[in-house]
Amino acid sequence: MIWDATFQLVLLGSLLIGATSGTLGAFAVLRRRSLLGDALAHAALPGVALAFLWTQSKALPILLLGATISGVVGVLIIEAIVNYTRIKADAALGIVLSVFFGGGIVLLTHIQQSEVGNQSGLDKFLFGQAASIVRADLYVMCIVSALVMIAVFLCYKEFKVLIFDAEFLAAQGFSPRVVDLLLMGLIVLTVMVGLQAVGVILIAAMLITPAAAARFWTDRLHVMVLASGILGALCGALGVGLSALAPRIPTGPVMALVATVAFLISALIAPRRGVLARWARIRANALRENGQHFLRAYLALQTRGKREIVLLDLASELQLPLYRVRRLATRLASDGRVSLQNGACSLTKLGHKEANFVVKSHQLWEYYLVYRSILEEDHVDRSADEVEHILTPEIIEQLESILAQEGIDVVGDIHKTHSGYRRTGEDG
Amino acid sequence: MDEFWGPFWIVLTGALAGASCGLLGAYLVLRKMSLLGDALSHAVLPGIVIAFLLSGSRDVIPMFIGAAICGVIATVLIETFHRRWRVQEDTSIGIAFTALFALGVVLITAFAGQVDLDQECVLYGEIAYTPWDRLFWGEWDLGPRPVWILGTVFVLNLAFVLVFYKELLIASFDAEMALSVGVSAALVHYVLMGAVSVTTVAAFESVGAILVVAMLIVPGASAYLWSDRLKVILTLSALMGVISAIAGYFLAGVWNSSIAGAMVVVMGALFALSLIFAPHYGLLGRFVRQVRLSLRVARDHVLLKLLRDRESRSVSTLSWSDLVDTAARRVSGIAIRSLMWQGLITREKGYFSLGEQGVTYATRLLRNHRLWESYLNQLGLPPDHVHDPADALEHFTDDHLREEIRAALPNIATDPQGKRIPDG
Repeated sequence: MIWDATFQLVLLGSLLIGATSGTLGAFAVLRRRSLLGDALAHAALPGVALAFLWTQSKALPILLLGATISGVVGVLIIEAIVNYTRIKADAALGIVLSVFFGGGIVLLTHIQQSEVGNQSGLDKFLFGQAASIVRADLYVMCIVSALVMIAVFLCYKEFKVLIFDAEFLAAQGFSPRVVDLLLMGLIVLTVMVGLQAVGVILIAAMLITPAAAARFWTDRLHVMVLASGILGALCGALGVGLSALAPRIPTGPVMALVATVAFLISALIAPRRGVLARWARIRANALRENGQHFLRAYLALQTRGKREIVLLDLASELQLPLYRVRRLATRLASDGRVSLQNGACSLTKLGHKEANFVVKSHQLWEYYLVYRSILEEDHVDRSADEVEHILTPEIIEQLESILAQEGIDVVGDIHKTHSGYRRTGEDG
Repeated sequence: MDEFWGPFWIVLTGALAGASCGLLGAYLVLRKMSLLGDALSHAVLPGIVIAFLLSGSRDVIPMFIGAAICGVIATVLIETFHRRWRVQEDTSIGIAFTALFALGVVLITAFAGQVDLDQECVLYGEIAYTPWDRLFWGEWDLGPRPVWILGTVFVLNLAFVLVFYKELLIASFDAEMALSVGVSAALVHYVLMGAVSVTTVAAFESVGAILVVAMLIVPGASAYLWSDRLKVILTLSALMGVISAIAGYFLAGVWNSSIAGAMVVVMGALFALSLIFAPHYGLLGRFVRQVRLSLRVARDHVLLKLLRDRESRSVSTLSWSDLVDTAARRVSGIAIRSLMWQGLITREKGYFSLGEQGVTYATRLLRNHRLWESYLNQLGLPPDHVHDPADALEHFTDDHLREEIRAALPNIATDPQGKRIPDG
């Protein structure tokens, strides 16, 4: 890696691109405009080529102007097709994307084969080459990014409302169409900033992927926007760093892959919405439920007058294989709810308390359902089984006071015959 | 390569690719799966590259296997992101196909020396080299390899569409009905996706990964504008693929550009033409229908105004400015001129009056209007609310409907305002 002025320039440029597209991408993804960014970028290609053909100049502002115009024309055509014909949005998107791209390819190959001036460099717009960023380009990028950032800062509230409740926006006296157009305009600018370094084909990845990654980490919009911007910047910088190791490889695909890795990692390890976190939550719930079933089963056996309770009794009561009951018991023992002494099993004080609480939740809920005529007596068991693990002491108190006011006697089991923890619901 | 056979093989390859894609593309558009086609054609790239790397050749079989595996991976990724990780669907598609495409490009450039593939091939294919890419059977030269591959794919696609025509039709338009008559919509979906993948891969070498999308979607969408009948749509779609191949080849010669790109541009032009000129769903047809409708309404209003004027006084007092509807000045002016030209109304000393035929026509309209007013009144609409709906309905009431309304109002001779309902 060459840590010189040129590289610093390129690095700065890609940081900027990543930050801008990450920030805007958060809005684009939430507004369900992510694939429109893709179409827009593809549609920009003929604009780049035409701008070059007409002016014979490779100055970035001119090429980007051409790109912007043809990108906007593409989006307008998509809108027109959707509004005025029976062709659906997805096909309209595909048509504009591929036909404009085809036109761009025709123009590019025409330029290459007829050797108009010095054409080398235009094809960098396809897959992106961050190394081609020069100081003047960086100025353009800075200005456009600054514009985009300021606009996002100023219109943050409007965008937020547009995304989550467009009707409310209309009720507040804003036209959702205008705000939508503004957002679209900013997406156009963002795509244009990234075009040179990321390329028309994969710039969509910089718009979509960091935002989708950031979504895993938070439910709050401003956090997501910030996270997405930072993530985008990191992806940009890392992508450039990696492709500097192998200069032959274009930057766009590298950035897209880095962003994808960031997305996958986020999807796995993000605290609440992440795959691992969700898996752990489901597992913890299952363990808690099974533990509580164990405690209830113990209590049930005790009520039936069983003295010496061993794991085998519990296994038959719970209708579970012995090894699972043993595992449950060990876990409950380590929590201090059960004490195990040479095969015999007894509840600790804490275990008793919890078991009683669960049984009480179950019974109270059953009475409540019957009292409110929500379910018949012989249908309440299942539903109570689901709820018994969730009820809090406060709810229990409330239930008790409601039932007490109505003079309902909540002593004992509503069915007289006990089942409870068995999801299969076969009463003996 | 001689002057006839070179271009011939290229055009044939393009036409076969266009027709194969067109046949399946019609279904993609109908089933609103265009984006899946887009995603799939991007996503198979790494599979193709890896197959090249492993087999070290351009054999068809490893390429198809690689692409098929990648296609499945892409579908599984999209499903996993969307259903299990709860990412929005469009975002899932976006992430999956950009990631796989990026991987493919990185692989191509990283192993540039070992793969007989480059960025250009990915972008716009190598259809120009078709005549030199020969297929040999032992010593025998069987002709260009791409023609064989795409020809086989075309025959397979055609057979698929013909044999499963009914199943595809029913599953595309009414999945529930399909299920009830024993056609598995899911099976049709997967077989169709499989066919799309195979076609994409076969066309990939000739037209590149991105232009395949155009071949899949654009002819299908264009044909969809011309007809409501699936058979017509399929035929037109395949035909447009073929036309674009032929025209594209010659245009590429004129422009000195990529052949595949030029084919796509022709497809775009065909789509634009369809968009404008398709009879029922085109913009022009739509516009003409709207103009004709508003002209008809304007003419009717002029006639009615003159008839009502005639009812109240014997000499016409209506000049041009009285007759023209200020809200739609231009249409109204054209309406008056066309009525004069047809002799339905006449102008004398600046004042308009109805001609003989005009009276008959206008009387019928007035009868429509007042019949509707009475009828609506009878339905329970208060008398001061019946004018506007009657005004809208009067233009579209034919003899049959008019007499039915008359029959529904047996003892009524006047409208709710007490004006006589004219005969006629």
